[in-house]
Amino acid sequence: MSKSAMLEVKNNDPIGTLRDFFRDLLEKKVVDALLIPKKLPSGDGYCQTLIRDPELLVDVNPFAPTLPVQSAKLISHLTIMDPGCKVGAVLKSCEIRAVIELVKFLQVKLDRLILIGVDCPGTYEPSDYAKMSREKGKGGSITGNLLKGAREGKIKPQDGYDLRLACQICEYPNPQNADVIIGLFGHNPQKEIYVELRDGLAGELAEKGILATTEKGSSSRDSVIERLTEERLKRRDEVFDAFRSRVKNLQDLMDALSTCIRCHNCMVACPICYCKECVFKTPTFEHKADQFLRWADRKGGVRMPTDTLLFHLIRLSHMVTSCIGCGLCDSACPNDLPVATLFRAVGQKVQGLFDYTPGRSVDEEPPVATFKEDELQGESGTT
Amino acid sequence: MEEFEPRIIAFLCHWCTYTGADLAGTTRQQYPPNIRIIHMMCSGAVDTIYILKALIDGADGVLVGGCHPGDCHYQTGNYKARRRVAILKEILDQAGFTEDRIWLRWISASEGKLFADTVTQMVEELKKMGPNPMKKLWLA
Ligand code: SF4
Ligand code: SF4
Ligand code: FES
Repeated sequence: MSKSAMLEVKNNDPIGTLRDFFRDLLEKKVVDALLIPKKLPSGDGYCQTLIRDPELLVDVNPFAPTLPVQSAKLISHLTIMDPGCKVGAVLKSCEIRAVIELVKFLQVKLDRLILIGVDCPGTYEPSDYAKMSREKGKGGSITGNLLKGAREGKIKPQDGYDLRLACQICEYPNPQNADVIIGLFGHNPQKEIYVELRDGLAGELAEKGILATTEKGSSSRDSVIERLTEERLKRRDEVFDAFRSRVKNLQDLMDALSTCIRCHNCMVACPICYCKECVFKTPTFEHKADQFLRWADRKGGVRMPTDTLLFHLIRLSHMVTSCIGCGLCDSACPNDLPVATLFRAVGQKVQGLFDYTPGRSVDEEPPVATFKEDELQGESGTT
Repeated sequence: MEEFEPRIIAFLCHWCTYTGADLAGTTRQQYPPNIRIIHMMCSGAVDTIYILKALIDGADGVLVGGCHPGDCHYQTGNYKARRRVAILKEILDQAGFTEDRIWLRWISASEGKLFADTVTQMVEELKKMGPNPMKKLWLA
């Protein structure tokens, strides 16, 4: 059960109003520290910042339309050992879904964590954001422009730029499993912001005089989310279809991956790849010359570095069941490979085998960590 | 032209299939010599990376052998192996590689004949399929 309220926006400044809200959370000890996107002094982007002193809240922006790193990994560092105090984290929906997956892999503990989820109209590549910010004057605030469309769910990226592909096909614009939800969709951000609180928190915030909530919810928000989700699903299916008709056999897949330089950036960026000792970073792949030569001999020749197909297929087999689709692998790839589309399209099928939706609930066991005795019986040739 | 002789890499669990293979030998069951056996403690210890590495680097087929359901000496390793194989096969399917070259089989320590029959059958099927196209992908 949850409760909600409309936060009245002061001076037509939604971000300033929220900054005051966060200041209250910190000063009145609802949280002892807050992880939140804060503008870089250069103006070129945002970085997650762990704030203790409310004075540092200047220039924070919960709606920063760029996602340079996946905060789920940061949350892992902050909670895997008891932080000793309450940590609030302002996250986008894909970040929360990654957090939920990491909880199940014992990489995040929720006990001292307060998840503050924000509605997300989508994000720009960090490099695009930096460019846009340098072209200022071209239409005011980058966040503000995106927020304008959020009211009706008609998201219009800045002229000449696109949202990241992962965001264009993201079917979860609104956060799930958050303790606090900060809603944009369906309301005029110059006037009011929707805030939803998990039951226990609602009591605490009312008691501390921060916000009084009711059980109302917001039907206008719900209907905008429904429309936006439908639109995104449509776009997602188009992207999947295009990918599937491009990759019909192994050679097609090799072609799609052909410019991969095996830098591992996609893996480093991935919130689900949490292994401390990833096999691809071990000496397992530092073979002796005669081994390489033997392979070259067998195939006539072999691309160096070797094991590109293996790298992608193994990464798929290890984590695709938990891929939440943040697309940061795409953003990290120096050669614009369609890694995220590959992972999402394959993920859809593999997750479907087990009726599993990553990020949906901490109570659902990830497919790779469990089994059923009476499943997949045809797999062992016994039918 | 020489007849194509498929190469099979087999990952066999110590307690059941490996012992079953041993029994096939000591009881003089006949089966084709196309198989190279890698001794594992449990089918649950077979990471998908071993299977794929074998296929990409030259094997025409991979056999994963474990204890029958309920008989795994580590309780549930074989159930986990089954999921892993299913996941890997679905991924390969999606990647456009639909050939049935990965076989998972439950063969107990007393089923020497079943082991020999399985290898015989697998070799026949692989001969029909021809060489594994993966092993020629120099770009892989
Ligand atoms: S993937 Fe979804 S939640 Fe994540 S940044 Fe993009 S639109 Fe926002
Ligand atoms: S980031 Fe791109 S180039 Fe680097 S390993 Fe991943 S797919 Fe290959
Ligand atoms: S011990 Fe044989 S499958 Fe686990």
